[in-house]
Amino acid sequence: MKITRREVEHVARLARLGLADEEMERMRAQLDAILTYIDKLNQLDTREIKPTSHVIPMTNVLREDVVSPSLSQDQALANAPDRHEAFFRVPRILEA
Amino acid sequence: MELTGLTIHELQGLLRRREVTAKQVLMAFLKRIAQVEGKIQAYMAVTGLEALRMASRLDRRRHAGEDAGPLAGIPLAIKDVICTQDVPTTCSSRILDGFIPPYDATVMRRLNQAGMVLLGKTNMDEFAMGSSTENSGYKVTRNPWDLDRVPGGSSGGSAAAVAADLCTAALGSDTGGSIRQPAAFCGIVGVKPTYGRVSRYGLVAFASSLDQIGPMTKDVRDAAILLGVIAGHDTCDSTSVNVPVPDYVAQLGREVTGLRIGIPKEYFIEGMDPEVETAIRAAINVLESLGAKAESISLPHTEYAVATYYLVATAEASSNLARYDAVKYGFRAREAKDLLSMYMKSRQNGFGAEVKRRIMLGTYALSAGYYDAYYLKALKVRTLIRKDFEDTFKRCEVILTPTAPTPAFRLGEKTADPLTMYLSDIFTISANLAGIPGVCLPCGFTRAGLPIGLQLLGKPFDEATLLQVAFAYEQATEWHRRKPPL
Repeated sequence: MKITRREVEHVARLARLGLADEEMERMRAQLDAILTYIDKLNQLDTREIKPTSHVIPMTNVLREDVVSPSLSQDQALANAPDRHEAFFRVPRILEA
Repeated sequence: MELTGLTIHELQGLLRRREVTAKQVLMAFLKRIAQVEGKIQAYMAVTGLEALRMASRLDRRRHAGEDAGPLAGIPLAIKDVICTQDVPTTCSSRILDGFIPPYDATVMRRLNQAGMVLLGKTNMDEFAMGSSTENSGYKVTRNPWDLDRVPGGSSGGSAAAVAADLCTAALGSDTGGSIRQPAAFCGIVGVKPTYGRVSRYGLVAFASSLDQIGPMTKDVRDAAILLGVIAGHDTCDSTSVNVPVPDYVAQLGREVTGLRIGIPKEYFIEGMDPEVETAIRAAINVLESLGAKAESISLPHTEYAVATYYLVATAEASSNLARYDAVKYGFRAREAKDLLSMYMKSRQNGFGAEVKRRIMLGTYALSAGYYDAYYLKALKVRTLIRKDFEDTFKRCEVILTPTAPTPAFRLGEKTADPLTMYLSDIFTISANLAGIPGVCLPCGFTRAGLPIGLQLLGKPFDEATLLQVAFAYEQATEWHRRKPPL
């Protein structure tokens, strides 16, 4: 077994992803099968190989610091599931 | 000939000579959509009213003698992963239900400047994660050649819309084959440009080091036209590369005599459909008869591409999809009492099964204790895959392969086992990992009447040679003229 149910629960918490009880075992089994397949990468000796995170040379892209048009407050808030005046509203984050 | 069956370049001629108006073209499509879309379900939304306004405006401009742009009056469909200002953009995910982008993607700005008419947004696998469009959170799109089969994915709506004449051409996005594989399944042309060739600004991110937007069209000339409009440097995308965009259409007619075409032995595998193999071998013969030189080559790390991809892509996806926090936009579960459960519940109810699986896999691969064994390992194998191509392109200009090991499979055939579905991308994934361009075009049909796709892979930023070879092949064959029996 590559991955345990405890690990699935831990990873789901890291990802802020709720999983129903019945989803949990299915997810574990599917991840297990995929990770077993992925094990084939260990056939390759990569000790001397440099990683490729991007195929093009990545450098910082800088520009002049000039003011340009941006979204209005109303545009920025238009898709919010809940808003209060000029703010995004969320459930309480501090204990009372 | 029906207006809906014409290519961009054919319609351009009729519109320029004022034999038809943009409004007449649009009305023909709206009529066709009313008749056929019920069977195909290619669209998330048809934007008929706004399209009518656009078409009328273009007709007035042309009537006044203005140049309304190279795509003036051409109706296009756009994959619902590309932001369209004031038009809902869902990525076929419930978590983006009702999301209306406040800005246009750079490709949309370019298309609008060129005068296109936006016909609608197309269905896709949720967040472009899938190979059959069955992972859409909204509807199932059917293959126009056989309604019991998938159109491929994730750009299945765009591919089906082009094949069923529900639009003149479309845009898709390709992270591991999502333009090329549905193009093959639906018998059309699809281009995955070099990474950095087309701006990703306004493309909702799946895997940022792999994603590219590209054209999906009825023939190669249309692909060249559309790529010419959307390609080019963009200051809004720091990964867009500042290299000149050639005149792709002008270069189509070049001879292929003497061109070296590599045939990788690893792409003719056990389990490949024999009809696909026969069609690909026949296509090689056609190109040889036109003067190209086919030679056997090897891409030794091909068998590791799928495993590498499902670590790199999911790691990037898990990070990109962290933005769906139910605060700034998108679906929020109402029952949550505190912030943490709001995140957990909203993401639980808003994402579909495949998206959850990939977030989990990616988060796991990046998590403490597993990073080196999985993610870093995959990045190193990615270097090997990329080097395979670099070495090969010293010996040939183009690589020719099948696009997919089989023709379109049946609806539901691969939904039970995620790994089986992943393996249907086996021939397209390497190009994204290496960042190189690829073109898919029709090269035959099975006895049952399903399209077969040919893939051409090229050197970075050398889309022109790919299109040139594709055009030469297309001119010598008739496959692209066939229409599905609808």
